[in-house]
Amino acid sequence: MTLLEAADVRKFYGDTCALDGVSLRVDAGEFVSIIGPNGAGKTTLVNVLTGLAPPSSGRVSFKGVDVVGATPVRLARLGMARSFQLVTIFPGLSVADTLAVAALSRLGRSARPFTALARDAEVRAAVEEVAVLFGLADKLGRLARTLPQGDKKLLDVASAFALHPDVILMDEPTSGVSTADKTAVMETLVQAARRMGIRAIVQVEHDMDIVFGYSDRIVALHQGRVLADATPDAIRADADVVATVVGRPR
Amino acid sequence: MIVRALGLAACAALLLLPLAGLPYTTTLLLPAFGYAIALLGLNLLFGTTGLLSFGHALFVALGGYTAAVLTSRLGVRSLEIVLLAAAATAVVVAGPVGLVCVRYVKIYFGMLTLAFGMLFYSFLYKFYALTGGDEGMRVLRPVLLGRPLEHLDTVAFLTGPFYYYALAVLTLAALVMRRLVASPLGLSLRSIRENAAKAESLGVSVRRYRLAAFVVAAVFGAVGGALLVVPTGLADPLLAYWTHSGNLVFMLLLGGFDHFFGPVLGAVVFILLQDQVMSLTSYWRFLFGAILAVVVIFFPRGLMGLLDPRRAPAP
Repeated sequence: MTLLEAADVRKFYGDTCALDGVSLRVDAGEFVSIIGPNGAGKTTLVNVLTGLAPPSSGRVSFKGVDVVGATPVRLARLGMARSFQLVTIFPGLSVADTLAVAALSRLGRSARPFTALARDAEVRAAVEEVAVLFGLADKLGRLARTLPQGDKKLLDVASAFALHPDVILMDEPTSGVSTADKTAVMETLVQAARRMGIRAIVQVEHDMDIVFGYSDRIVALHQGRVLADATPDAIRADADVVATVVGRPR
Repeated sequence: MIVRALGLAACAALLLLPLAGLPYTTTLLLPAFGYAIALLGLNLLFGTTGLLSFGHALFVALGGYTAAVLTSRLGVRSLEIVLLAAAATAVVVAGPVGLVCVRYVKIYFGMLTLAFGMLFYSFLYKFYALTGGDEGMRVLRPVLLGRPLEHLDTVAFLTGPFYYYALAVLTLAALVMRRLVASPLGLSLRSIRENAAKAESLGVSVRRYRLAAFVVAAVFGAVGGALLVVPTGLADPLLAYWTHSGNLVFMLLLGGFDHFFGPVLGAVVFILLQDQVMSLTSYWRFLFGAILAVVVIFFPRGLMGLLDPRRAPAP
């Protein structure tokens, strides 16, 4: 079942064409990686898919619904979540409050003006569930800005997971994480996704060990176009794609 | 612990003050009650949501003029009705004004609110037939809880029934605001203050919630304004003037915007300080400017930051 689909998407910034006729499909159960050199249009594609930047032309659908022009809020309600390339947190909120923002949003309670948040057992349980999965359970009371960089990254991703989305798009989930910790972070993400029933993962990633180690399918972008869309083995076997995107033979 | 003890002592002092035979000090605190309510609203906008309004006086004036129109033109003397009408008027005005303002943030939001405040000031100043122009409009003594209390002279009315009435309204306003900031909506507003893009990606309707905060702040401003004009018996255009908005921001910084009771403390200290400094020198504005500079530079968390230093400083 196709969850997310982009068809012939173009995105211009002034005269610059960032995406030129990109088509992409993400099916349930897939882990898709988007790769490409700097300036290939990876982040632009994620921004278009997640409603942060409307496409100049083309179609984007999510679970069969046309979502061109949909706001990130609507997409979140439809079941799409994202994390950002740079660590994006609420510096002055605690870990628990950060996760609670997402849990409240999922439960449709964000706008309640007079119910006591501290007494909401369902929200507390949701916060604890995600915190345990991401190893943040002992840091629930800490302000986000006081966390080590690696934990900030985890919190950023964990808050997106707390929406219990069908699809999550992660822009460089291991950026800012030490090389030694990258695999551990990915294992945490994949395990969390499995336990929370997330149906598909899309990631933008530069680390090819991570890309080839975890992906079911790889979409290679180059100068705003899809250069290849294939399994890791097929990508590995294509010397031209490897040379263009990775820059060295694997 | 110390803050709680000081808070309880302050509450006791406020309750007993009218009985201490200090009518001047008691009367002096009345505007502080009105300002404190308005500041609770302003702080929902600034301290909680991260939007600094330089036009909050618009809503204080709106409340003041609602009281004036109802009591002196329409013969409605019930203060409960006046307060409800002030709140309703604030919703009607803040809705469209907020829709425009919350599309912007930072200095653009501040300047837009300032512009709307000055528009309202100009309206009050120029539309003489409607508003009384620079002479303002009289605010007649209201009826409290259905009791006219006409046997009391002005000082006895203000330092007795009205004092406790205003204190009760302030207490109610503080309880409502306390509940609101501890609610899911309060957390959503704080998330917007911290990182609006992140909040939006987590499904928080940033613009809608900013508008909600704007309207609630306006309601508190108008209710505070309606109480503010009762002791003076006058609503005049200066209530909406930009310097009045500046005073509100001053009070907020003085008390501390990252503490729930900062606005209340700021209002009380500002009024008492203004009274003292004005009696000492005619250059009181100069002195107030210096005080504000010292507070911002050396005590960015305001007076509440001094009383409650255990909380982490604002980023």
